[in-house]
Amino acid sequence: MMPSDSTTLDAAPRELADPPVLAARGLVKRYGPVTALGGADFELMEGEVLAVIGDNGAGKSSLIKALSGALVPDEGEIEVCGRPAHFTTPVDARAAGIETVYQTLAVAPSLDIASNLFLGRETRRRGVLGSWLRMLDHAKMRSEAARHLNDLGIMTIQNPTQAVETLSGGQRQAVAVARAAAFGSRVVIMDEPTAALGVRESRAVLDLILEVRGRGLSVILVSHDMPLVFEIADRIHVQRLGRRAGVVTPASHTMTDVVAIMTGAAPAPE
Amino acid sequence: MRMWTNASPRPGRIRIVGAVVALSIGVVACGGDDQGESGGAQSGDDEVLVGLITKTDTNPFFVKMREGAEATADELGIDLQSFAGEEDGDNQSQVDAVDNLIAAGATGILITPNDSEAIVPALDRARQAGMLVIALDTPLEPADSADATFATDNFRAGELIGEWARATFEADGTEARIAMLDLNPNQISVDVARDQGFLQGFGVDVGDESVIGDEGDPRIVGHDVTEGSPEGGRTAMENLLQRDPDINLVYTINEPAAAGAYEALRAAGKEDEVTIVSVDGGCPGVENVASGVIGATSMQFPLDMAALGTEAISDFAASGDRPENSEGLDFVNTGVELITDTPVDGVDSQDSTWGLENCWG
Amino acid sequence: MGITDIPAMAVAGDNEAAPAPAGPRAGRSAQPATEPPPPAPSPSPVTRLQHLLHARATLGPAVVLAVAIIVFASVSDRFMQPANVSLVLQQVAVVGTLAVGQTIIILTAGIDLSVGAVMVLTSIVMGKLSAEAGLPGPVAIGAGFAVGLACGLINGGLVTRLKLPPFIVTLGTLNVFFALNLWYSESATIRGTDMSSTLLWTGETFTVFDTRVTYGSVIMLVLFAGMGFALRMTAWGRHVYATGDDAEAARLSGIRTSRVLLSVYVVAGLVYALGAWILIGRIAAASPQAGQSENLDTITAVVLGGTSLFGGRGAILGTLLGALFVGVLRNGLALSGVDVLWQNFAVGIFVIVAVALDQWIRRLR
Repeated sequence: MMPSDSTTLDAAPRELADPPVLAARGLVKRYGPVTALGGADFELMEGEVLAVIGDNGAGKSSLIKALSGALVPDEGEIEVCGRPAHFTTPVDARAAGIETVYQTLAVAPSLDIASNLFLGRETRRRGVLGSWLRMLDHAKMRSEAARHLNDLGIMTIQNPTQAVETLSGGQRQAVAVARAAAFGSRVVIMDEPTAALGVRESRAVLDLILEVRGRGLSVILVSHDMPLVFEIADRIHVQRLGRRAGVVTPASHTMTDVVAIMTGAAPAPE
Repeated sequence: MRMWTNASPRPGRIRIVGAVVALSIGVVACGGDDQGESGGAQSGDDEVLVGLITKTDTNPFFVKMREGAEATADELGIDLQSFAGEEDGDNQSQVDAVDNLIAAGATGILITPNDSEAIVPALDRARQAGMLVIALDTPLEPADSADATFATDNFRAGELIGEWARATFEADGTEARIAMLDLNPNQISVDVARDQGFLQGFGVDVGDESVIGDEGDPRIVGHDVTEGSPEGGRTAMENLLQRDPDINLVYTINEPAAAGAYEALRAAGKEDEVTIVSVDGGCPGVENVASGVIGATSMQFPLDMAALGTEAISDFAASGDRPENSEGLDFVNTGVELITDTPVDGVDSQDSTWGLENCWG
Repeated sequence: MGITDIPAMAVAGDNEAAPAPAGPRAGRSAQPATEPPPPAPSPSPVTRLQHLLHARATLGPAVVLAVAIIVFASVSDRFMQPANVSLVLQQVAVVGTLAVGQTIIILTAGIDLSVGAVMVLTSIVMGKLSAEAGLPGPVAIGAGFAVGLACGLINGGLVTRLKLPPFIVTLGTLNVFFALNLWYSESATIRGTDMSSTLLWTGETFTVFDTRVTYGSVIMLVLFAGMGFALRMTAWGRHVYATGDDAEAARLSGIRTSRVLLSVYVVAGLVYALGAWILIGRIAAASPQAGQSENLDTITAVVLGGTSLFGGRGAILGTLLGALFVGVLRNGLALSGVDVLWQNFAVGIFVIVAVALDQWIRRLR
C-alpha cells in the first residue's frame, strides 16, 4: 500500500480537536490496467468550501464518486465526522448526510420542480391514506419545494408545478442545488456546476454556494472554472495522477501557480 | 428508447446471451420444424419423401390435415416431412420450406398456400426439379401452377347451407333478414366462394361471383368481418344487430366465428329467434349443431385432402401417373357434407351423430 | 415498490435556526440581485396550443373522442342509445384492460409485444384447469393470474437482469408463450359450457337505467381508476414516470430503477390475466387462436391516448380515451355501413396524427 500523501498548507489555524466532516485515506481504484486512484487522501473541514481541481485523468471524478457513494473503492477508508463509513450506493452517502449535485443534474425533465425535489424521498400523507393507500402529499411537497427555493433566494422560479424542462440551464441547476441543500445535513458536493452556464447564471450559482455554506453545510466544489474557484473557495484540493498533490488557498497561491501544480509543472507544495 | 443508449456490454451478459443462442440453435437443429414421421433430411433413392406445407400449425384444420398425411404415409411406407408458416399469410416460411424440400430431393409437395400467387415461383422450381406439386384446400393462382388441387368445393359448401336455409325459411314463411359474417377485407378465394355460394344457394342474385358485397338484395342487412375468430364473430354480430335488430339469419365464414356470433345473440336475448349457418365440420362446430347453436354446417374433409394427396404422390413416384381433376372442376373435389339435425327436403344431409364420428379437430 | 421515508427535514430546519450571518443575503457577491426576466412577447395561438397540450396530455385525445361521438351521434340515432354505449364498452373491455399493462410499460420507455400471447396462455390455463381438471372456478382463475405473474417476471427479469431491450425480449417471449399456449391447449378451443361459471362471470350483465352492462366493462373501468390512482398518487407511480423520463437521473436520485422496471412488467402480467378472464366471459370460450391482434391494438390505444413511446410522459386516462376512440370509430363506422377497409384506414391515419402531435408537443423543451 502506498504511503499516504498528507501535505497541506492552510491559511488559518484550526482547532485540531474537530475531526474533518468528511475524510478519506489511501483510496485506491483500478479499472483493469488503469489506476484511477492510487492512494488518494482527502479532508473536508466543517463549514468550508473546498474546491477540488485537477486535470483530466487526475482521478477527480473517481474521488468524488467514492465520496458520494457512486463508486466503491478497492482499498482505503472513508470517515464521516471521524467515524468510519462504507458507502455502497449513493443512498448510503445520503443517509450519512452527503448530497450530490451531479454534473448532469439528475433531474427528470418532464416532472415538475416539486416532484424532482422530492424524487426518491416522496412525502406521504398522514394516517391511513398515507400508510395503507400510500398516497402522496402533493400539497405539502409543493409548499415545501416553494419554501426551499425561497430560502435559497431563488426568485426566478415562480411556480413549483412547472416542468423542469421548461426551465433554463441556470434555473435547473438551482433546483438541483436546492434539492441537495434541502436534504443534505453535512456535505453538499457540486460537480462542475457552472460548466454549461453563462456568466450571469454562473454568478447565481456562486450566490447559491455561499447561501448553502451560510447554513452550516460544507461544500465540495469540483470545477474547472478557476475564477469561480478563486473567488469562493476557502481551500483548494489539487488532484494529480490519482493522488492529492496538495491543498492550497487562494491567498497562498495564484491561479497560475495552482495550474502549474495541477499539470505537474511545479512541484507539490511541502 | 433513451434508456438503452448507454448500455455497455459486460462479460457476464455476453456469456449468458451466448449460451441462450447456442441452446436455441441446438433446439432448432435437433427438434426444429420436423414434425413429420421420420427424421431424415435426405431421402435416399429408394425412399419416397413427401413434403407437407400448411398455412399454420395452429389451426386444428391443418393439424388434422397433417395427421391424415402422416397416417397415409405410414401405411404406404413413405417419408413425410411437415412445415408450416408462422401465421396466416406468412409466405416466406413456405417458400423456404419448398426450397428445403427441393434440396432434400423430395418426390412431391402438398401445400396449403398462404399466398396463392407469391408461392408460385418457388413451386415452379419444384416442378422443374421433377417434383409433383399438389395444392390442398386453397388453389394456386393460376390454378394450373399445381399439378393437381385437392380441395373442398367451397362454393358448393356455401351453396348447401344456403339451400338449407332457403328451404327452412320457406317452410316457415318467414322473410329473411340476413347478416353476412365474412373473414377479412381481403376478399380471398375461400371467403368469396363460401359467401357467394351461400347467397346463390339462398336465391339471392350475387352479381359478380368473385366479389363480396356487390349484391343489392334488400334482405341482406350487411357484411362485417370476423378474422375467423370468436372475438371477431361476437363484435361483428353486435355491430350488425345494431344496424338491424330483426336479423334472423346469420351466415358465418367458419364455426369459431359462429360461436362468437351466438354469444352476441345470447347477450341480446335473441338466440332462439336467429338461425346461424356455417362451414367447416370441426368437432366443436358439430357439437354446436347438436346443441342447437348452429342450424347447419357444411363439413369439409381435411384428412381426406391430405390422404388423397399423399397417395397421389406415392402413385406418381411408382408409376409417373398424375392425378386427374373431378369432372367439371379444375380440382379434385374432396367432398362436402351438410350436417344438420333439422333436415329439409331436397337437400341431402347427415345428422350430428354422424357428424361427430367424421369430424376433425 | 419501496417508498422512502419522510426525509430528515428537521435537519434543514435546524440549520435555519442557527444564526445566519448578518441576514440572509450576507455573503452574496457584489452584483445586483437577479431581476425577473423581461416579459416575453405574447405567444402565438399555435404556441399556446402547444403549451396547453404539453401541460394536459389527455386534452387532445379527449377532444378527438368528443368530436367522433358528436359526428356519429348525428349520423345515426342508434349511436347514443344506452344499449349501444354499453356495447362499445363491452367491445373495448378486453383491449382496454390489456392496454393498462401496456401503458405502464411504455411509460418506462419500454414496450411489450407479448401482450396477446400472455393473455391467450393465461386464458387457456384458466379454461383447461376448470373444464378438464375440474378445479373450482376461483382456483383456475387464480392459477391463470399466477401464470400471468410468472410471464411478467420472465419479461421483467430479462429486461432488468440481462439488460436486453424490451422490444427484443418481448419479441422472443411472444413466441415462447404462444408456443406454450398451443402445446398446452393442443390447439383445441375449450368451450364455456364445460367451464365453471365463475370464469364466465365477466360476461354476465347487470341492469342499470334499463341497460345491460357487463361486469367485464366495469372491471375495466375500475382497473383504469385504480391504476390512475397508483400512478398519480403514489411514490411508485412517480418512480415509474421518472424511470421512463430519465433512468439515470432516477437512479442517481436513489430510485431502484431495476425494481421499478421489474414491478411494471409483473403488474402488466397480472393485468393481462385479468384481460384473459374478461375475454373468456365475452366469447364464452378459451381459444388458443385468440390474442393475435392485441399487441397492435393495445399499442394503438396507448399512442392515441397521448402517451409518448419514449417514456415518462402520458396519463392512463389517455389510454382509456384512446381505446374508447377506436371502439367508437369502429362501432360508428359499422353502424353507418362503412366498409371495414375504411375503418382500418381511419385508425391508421389517426395513429400517425397522434404520434406526429406527440413529437410536436415534445419539441417544447
